Amino acid sequence: MIRPPTGWLIYGSFALGLVFAVLPLPAVLQSVRPYLLAMLLAYWLMEAPSRVGLGTAFVVGLCADILTASLLGEQAFRLVVLTYIVQHFRARLRFFPLWQQAVAIGLLLLNDRIISWLIHLFAGSPSHGWMYWLAPLLGVLLWPWLYVLLDLARLRARERS
Amino acid sequence: MAYAGKKSNRLSESALTALPLVFLLGLSMALMVADQRMGYGSLVRQNLSIVTEPFWWIASAPMRLFRGGRDELALRSQLQADNLQRRKDLEIAIARIHQLKAVADENQRLRRLLGGTRGYSLNVQMVSILDIDLDPFRQRLVLDAGSESGVVLGQALIDSGGVLGQVVEVGKNRSTALLVTDPDHAVPVQVARSGLRTIAYGTGQSDRLVLPNIPQSADVRRGDVLITSGIGGRFPAGFPVGTITGVQPDKLRLFVTADATPAAHLDRGNEVLLISNRAPVIDVGPPAREAQP
Repeated sequence: MIRPPTGWLIYGSFALGLVFAVLPLPAVLQSVRPYLLAMLLAYWLMEAPSRVGLGTAFVVGLCADILTASLLGEQAFRLVVLTYIVQHFRARLRFFPLWQQAVAIGLLLLNDRIISWLIHLFAGSPSHGWMYWLAPLLGVLLWPWLYVLLDLARLRARERS
Repeated sequence: MAYAGKKSNRLSESALTALPLVFLLGLSMALMVADQRMGYGSLVRQNLSIVTEPFWWIASAPMRLFRGGRDELALRSQLQADNLQRRKDLEIAIARIHQLKAVADENQRLRRLLGGTRGYSLNVQMVSILDIDLDPFRQRLVLDAGSESGVVLGQALIDSGGVLGQVVEVGKNRSTALLVTDPDHAVPVQVARSGLRTIAYGTGQSDRLVLPNIPQSADVRRGDVLITSGIGGRFPAGFPVGTITGVQPDKLRLFVTADATPAAHLDRGNEVLLISNRAPVIDVGPPAREAQP
C-alpha cells in the first residue's frame, strides 16, 4: 500500500510555484514563463488524488491571483478547469510514457492559455503577442524534469518518515 | 422500468460529481466580474498584504543578492569611472537647476502679482522597486515602501525621464503602482508647444500611449512633447509624459488620435521618486508664508 505523500511536500511545492510566478525574468521571457503552478497541480493530481482536488486548485489559484495582481479569480478558474480535466483522464495519464505525458500536459497548458486568452478578451485587456502561445511548449520541455524531480523528492520524504 | 430508473440514477450521480466543479467555476467567475466591475481585488490584496509580502520578498531575493554581489565585487577602476561620470552629471544638473531656479523665482513672483499663492514646493521621496514580475498583461509595479514610510493612495510616481504612474494599493511595507501604460490609466496632459490640453491613456504595451478625441483643428504634430497639465490635481503640472510619434484620423474622421511613447524609463529602473503634493491646491486664504506661525 502506497501511503500518500506528506502534506508539507505538496504545499511546499505549491509555495515554490507561487514564488516562481512572480520571480523576475528578463523581459523577453516574461510572456513565455511556463505555468509551473499548473504543472505542479497536475503532478499532485496524478500522484496524490486523495490530497489534492478541485478545492485545492481553487485556493491555490486564488493565492496566485492575489500575488500576481491578475484579475481576482482568473487563475482559480483556469486551475479548476485543468483539475477537472486531469481528474477525468487521471488513469490514462498516469500510465503514459513520460514523453507522451509531456505532450498531454502541453495540450492541457495550451487549453489553459486559450481560456486565459478568452478571459482577457472578455475583460477587455490588450491583445498578446505571438510569444504568448509559446509558453505551453516550454512547459512540455520542462515536464519530464519536473516529474523526475518531484518523484525523487517524494521518495526521499517517504524514506525519511 | 429498471433501465429507466438506473439511467436516472446515473444521471443524478454525474450531476452530483459535477456540482463542486460548477460551484467553484461559478464562484471564480463571480469574483472576476466583481474585480473587473468594482475593483474589488485591490481591496482584498491590501488586506492580505501580510501574506503576500513574504512571497514577494523571497522572489525578489535572487536579484537583490545579485545586485549586492555586483556592488561588492565591482572593480576599483570601474567605481572610479562611475564616480567621475556621476560627478559630471551632477555638475551639469546643478548648472541647469540654477538656471531653472531663476525661472521658478520669476514664476513665483508673477503668480504673486496675480494674487495666487499656489507654491512650487515639491516633496519627493525615493523608493526602490521590488524586483518581481506581476501579471505581464497588466502594467503594474511593486514598490518597496508602504504606509509606514508615508506612501499614500494616489501619489504620483516619476523617474528621471518623466511620469511613471500612480500608487493604487498601499500595504504596510509594500505598495502597488499603476503605470501610465496600463489600459486603466489616464493622465491629463498638455502639448508643451501649443498648450493644447488632452488626456493620454495607456494601451497595455509598455512603449505606447494613446491620445484619442483630439479636435481636428488642434495643433498637434509628430515630435511634440507632452507634459502633465496638473488638471485633476493628482499629477503636479510640468512633468514630461511622452513624445508624440504619430497623428492619424480616427474611425469616424471627426477627431484625430495621436500615439505617443512614454518619457519614463518603464523597463525596470531601480529607483523611482514618489511625489507628495501636500501643498494646498486651492488659491484661497492667506499666503502660505504668513499662514505659518
